[in-house]
Amino acid sequence: MAGKPKRGQNKILVATGMTKRFSGLVAVDNLDFYIPEGSIASIIGPNGAGKTTFFNCITGFYQIDEGELIFDGNRIDGRSPDQITRSGIARTFQNIRLFNNMSAIENIMVGQEPHLKSTWLGSILGLPSTRREDDDTEERGRELLQFVGLEGKGDMISKNLSYGDQRRLEIGRALASKPKLILLDEPTAGMNPRETIETTDFIRRLRDELGITVVLIEHDMRVVMDISEHITVLDYGRKIAEGLPEEIQNNPDVIEAYLGRGAAASAGKSLAG
Amino acid sequence: MDLSRSQTRQTIITLGLLSGALILFTGAVGMIAAFHEREVVNDFITLGQLVLLITPLIFGYTAANRLGMAGEAPIVALGGGIIIGLLTALPTTIMLLFNSDEFRFLLDWSLRLAPFVAATAIAWRMHRQNAETLTVIGSWLLVAALLGIVTFSLALIFEVKGELRSVLVNINRDWVDVVTFDNRRELLTGILVFSLASVLAGFLGSLCCYVPRTPRRALFYGLSVTLLVGAFGETVRLVLQENLERDTLNQLFRRDTLRQNAALGLFVFSTVIGYLWAAFGDQARQGFQNLGGQQVQTTRMIGTVLFVALLLVLPWLIGRTLSDVAVTIGLFVLMGLGLNIAIGLAGLLDLGYVTNYAVGAYILAVMTSIGPLGLMKGVFSFWMVIPIALLAAMFAGFIFAVPVLRMRGDYLAIATLGFGEIIGKLAISDWLKPLIGGAQGVQAIPKPIFLATELKNPEQLYYIVLVACLITLFVSIRLNNSRTGRQWMAIREDEDVATAMGIDTARAKLLAFTLSAATGGVAGAIFAAKVGSVFPNSFTVFISINVLSLIIVGGIASNPGIVVGAVVLIGLPELLREFSDFRFLLYGALLIMMMINRPQGLIPTKIVTHEIRAGVKAKAAAGD
Repeated sequence: MAGKPKRGQNKILVATGMTKRFSGLVAVDNLDFYIPEGSIASIIGPNGAGKTTFFNCITGFYQIDEGELIFDGNRIDGRSPDQITRSGIARTFQNIRLFNNMSAIENIMVGQEPHLKSTWLGSILGLPSTRREDDDTEERGRELLQFVGLEGKGDMISKNLSYGDQRRLEIGRALASKPKLILLDEPTAGMNPRETIETTDFIRRLRDELGITVVLIEHDMRVVMDISEHITVLDYGRKIAEGLPEEIQNNPDVIEAYLGRGAAASAGKSLAG
Repeated sequence: MDLSRSQTRQTIITLGLLSGALILFTGAVGMIAAFHEREVVNDFITLGQLVLLITPLIFGYTAANRLGMAGEAPIVALGGGIIIGLLTALPTTIMLLFNSDEFRFLLDWSLRLAPFVAATAIAWRMHRQNAETLTVIGSWLLVAALLGIVTFSLALIFEVKGELRSVLVNINRDWVDVVTFDNRRELLTGILVFSLASVLAGFLGSLCCYVPRTPRRALFYGLSVTLLVGAFGETVRLVLQENLERDTLNQLFRRDTLRQNAALGLFVFSTVIGYLWAAFGDQARQGFQNLGGQQVQTTRMIGTVLFVALLLVLPWLIGRTLSDVAVTIGLFVLMGLGLNIAIGLAGLLDLGYVTNYAVGAYILAVMTSIGPLGLMKGVFSFWMVIPIALLAAMFAGFIFAVPVLRMRGDYLAIATLGFGEIIGKLAISDWLKPLIGGAQGVQAIPKPIFLATELKNPEQLYYIVLVACLITLFVSIRLNNSRTGRQWMAIREDEDVATAMGIDTARAKLLAFTLSAATGGVAGAIFAAKVGSVFPNSFTVFISINVLSLIIVGGIASNPGIVVGAVVLIGLPELLREFSDFRFLLYGALLIMMMINRPQGLIPTKIVTHEIRAGVKAKAAAGD
């Protein structure tokens, strides 16, 4: 995979005028944004700001009502989730959504779907090519398990894994599709400080070692300010600020969105954690 | 201490009354009298009597077990067993007294007194809870009046009808004979015998808790084997008939029931075997697990080969009647394996599986029949139509799947249920009558011919079903461990996430429905050839329900479970034809008991086993 990530040169994901409405409620409102290729970008904002809706729009779970989405030079709005995954975007979920009754390795093997070619007929007949593909899938699955720190736990049923392991497995499953862009929805939610630091380092490795562009939704400001190179702030479905962590920390609009009018001047520092 | 005492009392009374209610209920619906017709051991015990004794035994054991766990002394637990025996006899005894001529007045008096007693009990309770005097008196009057109306009407009914048994049809002489152990004339003696037997059974049940584990299991095995062989004496005799001399057989059986000596011998033999198994079985299993991977595989291979060999010679061992049952079981195994693809693997609750069965049957009927409805008389043989039936069923499965692709769970179940009904109505409709004969169906379907032999006996048809089952099993195992199988499981677990993984869920679901339908078509075609004619009323929703139930009872997504489920739900009722009145009652009771006590099924899949093992591991880790 890519050696040195080229930072900030290309925009891997660009949205113009993206709007999503739910019967009158505008969840994402005329949003223009971009994600620099090879960066670690964060989406932040108060509860109900439309962050997860934003992820769901990008991954095709929701169809956007207006605007366009361009990923890696191609329009992806209007495509179904499986097509979008095949074009190179993977995601995790805010509340972990593994295939609970399948083993860890099976979860990762399902994650490799976009690159599998074998058919049911081939499986029934036991064709050599199918067998080879199955073996390769499993082998690559074991490698990925090792990468996410779950070596030796491949045969465990995923619902029996610990919470942290489940989070890691979900990221491993997302990585299995060899994405160019990975969307992580609150990857450190519910973790203790040590686990949070481990996860932060792990997210860095995704970018540095695998060359994947990372976008995360995150509430823990220390994490955000620590690893982000690009931050987009949403409030009521609108973008209220965008830029480098230092710029965001001192942006009065952001402080107001988080802490309310008037508190901006006195509590500015608290955002920086 | 006080609390635990009242809990002890509650446990004993609840279980005892439950046991008594069960005995009375089975008697009132006529089961006990019907079961009495079948002797388990010649001139010793019948199936009906067995029910009377086994029930307090089981409840006594359960109670003693619970009390022992709650830390009660053995004496309390054993006393509990005795009380449970008494309580078991109580409701039936009351019914016996009410039913007799001498003690009929008891019924009259209790009907007269019941309102006052009940009202006084309630009023006393209210008084104890410091209710106002006026309220207590008012409640007493109200309850007494309301209950009085009920009991008065009941008394009137009994007066008009003259006897209890004209209302409760099965509370009759046959029933009295069974529960009094043939002491109808001496009612009080009968009641005494019945109560003593019941108490003894309850006591023995509770005593079982204090027998060490190994002999207890040995006794359990010995008793179950003997009683099962006895209860299915007719079947066992049929099997032995194929392999034993007539004289030997007559020494073991008197007509269809086990002789006492034979029963005793069988009991001793199976107890000894059971003892050895209980004592050394765990060691053997441990040893097997410690074997190397290569050896395990060799052992597995030998096991599989032996099993298949047994299946191959089965018809020669069990004779014609049972082969017929085996064919029916096989057809349902075939359908179970097919439906399992949709339900077990892909999680698509399909309640219209009968559709595929009907399509297969009618395709074979129309294409091979030499009757007036046959389309190409004599052109197509059974063997040529089987693939056509398979493809037709797959096509039907595909067509029916298209409109329901977007539905999930309950909605899918209801929609597919509708499809099953549509097929039934189409089969009987005037519209299709010229083609498939409406209510008259299609007749004169020739038997399959193999190497110039007409396969007309169940022993011969068995092999067709066996081959079909083995092929399906093979395909099912292959699919289970394939990319396609993983796609299906992912959809079962979380359809949205499956889509997000890049799975084309619509396509995968269509495939699941289509492949699942295939075996239904084959089963239908074999069924049509076996029966020789096809009627619309063979294709009811009960086929779908049966197939679904056998999957659930056996263990969802578990192939061995499907075979066991089919034997239990399809095979046993065939063997217990004489009790067919109670078939659905027992069927329903079995399903409810299964869902409460063993929801994972009789032979669960490795997922559940995995889970148990992981749980044990976690416990061990916590212990360290």
